[in-house]
Amino acid sequence: MKETEKEKYKKYAEGHAPKSPTVKNCAVAFITGGAICVVGQALTELYSKLEMSKEDTGTLVSVTLIFITALLTGIGVFDNIARHAGAGTLVPITGFANAVASPAVDTKTEGYVLGVGSKIFIIAGPVILYSTAAGALYGVIYALYRLIFI
Amino acid sequence: MENMIKYLWAFLVGGAFCIPAQILIDKTKLTPARILVGYVVAGVFLGAVGLYEPIVNFAGAGATTPLTGFGYLVSRGIREAVDEKGLLGALTGALSAASGGISAALIFGLLAALFFRAKKKR
Repeated sequence: MKETEKEKYKKYAEGHAPKSPTVKNCAVAFITGGAICVVGQALTELYSKLEMSKEDTGTLVSVTLIFITALLTGIGVFDNIARHAGAGTLVPITGFANAVASPAVDTKTEGYVLGVGSKIFIIAGPVILYSTAAGALYGVIYALYRLIFI
Repeated sequence: MENMIKYLWAFLVGGAFCIPAQILIDKTKLTPARILVGYVVAGVFLGAVGLYEPIVNFAGAGATTPLTGFGYLVSRGIREAVDEKGLLGALTGALSAASGGISAALIFGLLAALFFRAKKKR
């Protein structure tokens, strides 16, 4: 089903080149992003045999995907995949892991404190900051809600 | 068969999460950093209002693998911490729930920097 849509688009795009191929990019992002989640699902099934809590299984799945991403980033393969996959590798946890590992590797020559140590947070920093802030805001609202209604 | 359907939903839902980001990348000047922040905050919000949990139950890794799943994890950590210790939980819940992912990303990132050097061609 997806294929025919892709082909239709191809014809359309050829007639309208060189406009930005958003539909094609979306199809590639959908497939790569979906494929990464399938790997996540497979890891979840595998780790569920270890008899851990559901939370710990989820954490271990994330940790595994982060490890694979850091390794692929280190050997320089991840950037090649990401260039084609766009949001397909950015949106899954692989995008976060790459955003941490990539500046760390790139700034090695600037030293381990002010290079790696600070630049490792260049994208992780905002992500951690605003998820913590959003969480804290929710926590305050939820605590007030509990105080009043429960 | 049941397993195949689980994988199918993980694929479809996980893939679908990537489409808004791709449209934002192509149609706006939003940088990947802003998109990641947007996704994680959206995940906290959707988790807080109770909309994300049904997606997780339904799509499994299709919902937990995207960065919105990270935000959902934060919202769940906050809720559990506030249930347990009141207002103080608003400060302890977020990072404790997310600590596994954050620590893994930082430590594997550091190891990548130790073992590999930047490629000339990017």
